Amino acid sequence: MKAFLGSIVAGLLLALPLSAQAGNVTVKGSDTMVILGQRWAEEFMKKTPGTKVQVTGGGSGVGLAALQNGTTEIAMSSREMKDAEKQKLRTRYNTTGVEIPVAKDGVTFYVSESNPVSALTVEQLRGIYVGDVTNWKQVGGPDAPIIIYSRENSSGTYVFVKDHVLDGEDYTASAQTLPGTAAVVNAVAKEKNSIGYGGAAYAKGVKELKIKKGNEEVAPSAENIKTGKYPLSRDLYFYLRNKPSGEAKTFIDFALSPEGQAVVTKVGYFPVK
Amino acid sequence: MEQGLSQPLVAPSLSPAARRRQLREKVIAGLITLMAFTGIAALILIIIFVAKEALGLFTDAEARHEASFSKMFLAQDVPVGRPAFRWQPVSKVPKVSMIPLFVGTLKTTVVSMMVAVPLGVFGALFAAEFAPRRLRELLKPVIELLAGIPSVVLGFFALMVMSTVVKDFFHFDRPLNAMLAGLGLALAIVPVIFTVSEDALTAVPRSYREASLALGATPWETAWKVVLPAAAPGILAACVLGFGRAIGETMIVLMASGNADVISWSLGDSARSLSATIAAEMGEVVVGSPHYSLLFFIGVQLFLFTFVLNLMASTWTRRVVRKLTGGAA
Repeated sequence: MKAFLGSIVAGLLLALPLSAQAGNVTVKGSDTMVILGQRWAEEFMKKTPGTKVQVTGGGSGVGLAALQNGTTEIAMSSREMKDAEKQKLRTRYNTTGVEIPVAKDGVTFYVSESNPVSALTVEQLRGIYVGDVTNWKQVGGPDAPIIIYSRENSSGTYVFVKDHVLDGEDYTASAQTLPGTAAVVNAVAKEKNSIGYGGAAYAKGVKELKIKKGNEEVAPSAENIKTGKYPLSRDLYFYLRNKPSGEAKTFIDFALSPEGQAVVTKVGYFPVK
Repeated sequence: MEQGLSQPLVAPSLSPAARRRQLREKVIAGLITLMAFTGIAALILIIIFVAKEALGLFTDAEARHEASFSKMFLAQDVPVGRPAFRWQPVSKVPKVSMIPLFVGTLKTTVVSMMVAVPLGVFGALFAAEFAPRRLRELLKPVIELLAGIPSVVLGFFALMVMSTVVKDFFHFDRPLNAMLAGLGLALAIVPVIFTVSEDALTAVPRSYREASLALGATPWETAWKVVLPAAAPGILAACVLGFGRAIGETMIVLMASGNADVISWSLGDSARSLSATIAAEMGEVVVGSPHYSLLFFIGVQLFLFTFVLNLMASTWTRRVVRKLTGGAA
């Protein structure tokens, strides 16, 4: 009797994850990628009825944490997985996870349209954000203090700029942080001595700074971001515990197909291929 | 046997209708008690949950190293020219000083109280004592309506509309600053202080006013020296309620203060508050990490602040009441 009950319980326990998997893909993570994920899911479900793709946001860290806890199949992330996060995957699932770049995004620095400065080197940007450069005069602009806008430290873009522009140094204490790229764009548009950053798709009413490399000024155009010529382009990723299989694989294949990549362009990001 | 002295132990028999009524009363009383205890239980569970999540700071070795008390509250060794108190939990070397957050919270809260207390209390005094009845009936619902506006809308209003006006008026360098956040907060607190103060003022017995006027005091003297002191406990409660809202209010500060972790007493500089930090960072923090526990620890501190303040206010209120009643109560 006991063995019988035990087998029923075991059967139920086994059946639970199975029933959750059948025809159902869960995708969770980066807020930057939520719209993209949802558009992919819509198009995919139109093509393959019977499969459900659930997309939720919460942020890159949330998605990666869900991957570690086993509550999502695919995690969306606008940054690479941290070593600590990989370590957790290894101890729990004995894998280091699978990383699949699915789109590209260019991180752009915005200034007010009335600002005469139109290109800066990465070093100058670092100087501004670290707090060594405090006046526009120091980088060829008017004699005015620089008002610095940044993102909240929970943002993947914040981490990206910290790693790729600030060389891992801390942001200056006077950097003001705002919730959301749209708020940064709005603040920069209204304040003539300010600078901010965010995804290229968001720039409206502000000037996008070109990045000076030697004698060349590289604009954050689609072409430059796609070829990687623009130095501050980043990949947007899907992360999985193991090699994709079943429904998840068909979904990812769709996202990477020409049709899926066309969705990327429509949403405002750039294709990986 | 001392018959005759003690009453018979049998209760006088009640009519069925009376018994039903008694039963209904009992059920209602029971329900109310149940609800009260549910509320208390929920509160206790919340406190336990917050405290438990914050406990990671003390039990987890990594967290103890990353966010020790000395790192949270004392100056750190830093290269020349860099501030010694920083809130940069996402960093190669996490910097978790609470001091900039305290300064920011204090700055925005003080500004909002300086604006909201006089506005709320004098507004209530005017409405209760001087306003013609018609005006009063218009004033009260309008101000109470203001209390119903979601704080995110007030924050957005501060960010989009008030920021330029405030910046130009005070000649500030940056549009998002402690002053703007404080003024935005005041919008949320004035209705709270106004409503509760107004209730306290109107609750002052009419005989006080009549006595004062009969002694030859002017209406202003009556309002200022008799009605206002008599309503002092209620008004203090209103201010404490307002303060509690100001310190815990999140959205407005998050949107209007600029959230820079600077230590500066200038109201033209940005400020980062405790509550806004929780709201901004809770979204993407890894559950169970030192940063996560740290955010809950901020919650514990906020809870302690309001608790201590309420305690102080209630002792003070008791003292005022004793003084007013001449030690009778």
